[in-house]
Amino acid sequence: MERKDWPLWEVFVRSKAGLSHKHSGSLHAPDAEMAISNARDVYTRRSEGVSIWVVESKHIHSTLETDSESMFDPNEDKIYRHPTFYDIPDEVGHM
Amino acid sequence: MEKKQALFNYLLRLADNSAILGHKLSEWCGHGPELEEDIAIINTALDLLGHSRSLYTYAGEVEGKGKTEDDLAFLRIEREYKNALITELPNGHYGDTIARQYLFDQFNYLLFIELEKSSDETVAAIAAKAIKEIRYHLRRSIEWTLRLGDGTEESHAKIQEAFDDVWAYTGDLFVQDDSDLVIIAEGIGPDLKAIQPIWREKVKATLAEATLLIPEDGWMHSGSKQGRHTEHMGHILSELQYMQRTYPGCEW
Amino acid sequence: MSEHELQAIFDRKIENEVKIEPKDWMPDAYRKNVLRQMSQHAHSEIVGMLPEGNWITRAPSLRRKVALLAKIQDEAGHGLYLYSAAETLGTDRERIVLDLLEGKAKYSSIFNYPALTWADIGAVGWLVDGAAIVNQIMLQKTSYGPYSRAMIRICKEESFHQRQGYEILLTLCRGTEEQKAMAQDALNRFWWPSLMMFGPSDKDSPHSAQSMAWKVKRMGNDELRQKFIDQTVKQADFLGLTLPDPDLKWNEEKGQYDWGQIDWEEFYNVIKGNGPCNKERLAARQKAYDNGAWVRDAATAYAKKRAERKNKEAA
Repeated sequence: MERKDWPLWEVFVRSKAGLSHKHSGSLHAPDAEMAISNARDVYTRRSEGVSIWVVESKHIHSTLETDSESMFDPNEDKIYRHPTFYDIPDEVGHM
Repeated sequence: MEKKQALFNYLLRLADNSAILGHKLSEWCGHGPELEEDIAIINTALDLLGHSRSLYTYAGEVEGKGKTEDDLAFLRIEREYKNALITELPNGHYGDTIARQYLFDQFNYLLFIELEKSSDETVAAIAAKAIKEIRYHLRRSIEWTLRLGDGTEESHAKIQEAFDDVWAYTGDLFVQDDSDLVIIAEGIGPDLKAIQPIWREKVKATLAEATLLIPEDGWMHSGSKQGRHTEHMGHILSELQYMQRTYPGCEW
Repeated sequence: MSEHELQAIFDRKIENEVKIEPKDWMPDAYRKNVLRQMSQHAHSEIVGMLPEGNWITRAPSLRRKVALLAKIQDEAGHGLYLYSAAETLGTDRERIVLDLLEGKAKYSSIFNYPALTWADIGAVGWLVDGAAIVNQIMLQKTSYGPYSRAMIRICKEESFHQRQGYEILLTLCRGTEEQKAMAQDALNRFWWPSLMMFGPSDKDSPHSAQSMAWKVKRMGNDELRQKFIDQTVKQADFLGLTLPDPDLKWNEEKGQYDWGQIDWEEFYNVIKGNGPCNKERLAARQKAYDNGAWVRDAATAYAKKRAERKNKEAA
């Protein structure tokens, strides 16, 4: 049987001005305009947002679990990237 | 006619439009063509029911007999309901619902942008709040008119027929009586005769974009402002009023 | 990585309460188990719209009408979130829905009972949503990430549902004798089916032990059912209604209520399709699916046409 399902979209909602868009969930829609309308009706029914992004799910690329050790673990010991790595005498004040 | 009576009549008509159309749309709940659409159409139903509540409440205040929103919504006889005939038509298939909705939304939108400027502060305030929602209803019903009109051959034929069928009920939206004349004179609401050509232009443009033909203006049904309804109205009321009529005087 | 190593990573995650995410390796049986639960849960939300939907046009006041409509609309939303969560496991929503329509997938058997009076809308909100919430609070901690996130969102939104139902019953119980009798009658009919919602006793439940081991479920059916009973007795007392169980009695020693026997024969019969409304519920879903087909197709065709027009303009 032919698949006639509308494509899947990912919905990102900015909860208030100044914040970034955050993933809210997914939905089906025939095109971007309807995806935005549907996102408004599905994901902002309780005033959860002031702006919506939608992107078709197939356009999202992600890292793989099997890569995660080499992708993320190496940064755990790079403590020199954090301010607490450096000794500054208290007399200098806040820096 | 005195202003108070005219305003009461006018508010009831607006409230009944929203209440009855909201009631009809609510029948789609759980039966929509797709889950997202089910949710979306219920949002429109909820908005319309919300408008009716504000309008009934204000109508009750204007009348001054202590009637609540529910007294007015549930406890009148059929002839006392003044909703436009188009709002009480059956849902039919989704194309019938969309055609009915688009033609009403286009009317309601043009009406409510005028009501925002009403000389009556309460009417203006209710309209200012409602217009944001109505603008969205209109946007959605246009989107669907385009999709069904310019979609498949089947959808094109279905929505064209739906517009053709509902067309004869659109004239009723613009009929004016003595109450309307008082309302216009008092600056409470607009002259519907001035809105009608704008409505027609907008509808023509939307239907053209949707590759649909605008139906010919033939005989138009009317009577809603005298409470003369279609056969459908009695059935709507028999459900709507079932609880209130079966158990009179109860709190729910 | 060998399957053995992948299994070890998976087991360690379950052990350490690390969520399993869609692209992570997982045993096939886990995938199937989670998918089955999420789709059943989603179907329950969608079919669950129907008994309450039966009363939308007869709601006795505008306030009740909008509250009921908003509640049922939420259920559509919750079905949608759960279908989306299920879709992360590599199947699509249409397939999941077709499984329901073809009778291959189940939904909660409570929705095969009819909503006969307005008081039933109160009883459904209070008991059915109440039982669902007990289950769903537990499921917020389920091991599958998308399921857990859907549950958190759902629990947040559902907080008004049970209150909506309870308030309806409270109003009836403070009303006329006739109204109170209506409330009691609804309770009589919905109490036992609500207890059945937690499923068979763990010892008779085919999936329970494995679901617990994988932390898909965090509490057993019997424990959840007991929790629900213990919290509901007081609420019934406050309404002045009597739970239809002569064996119901506080057990001081156990610190919980003792209660009677569920009619499991009825339960299995309703599951098998012999409930009062099984046929109507599936028929309603089938009708919505069939009648919606041309609408969905039209939107797809329009999207395609428009994309082509845009491409032409760009060329």
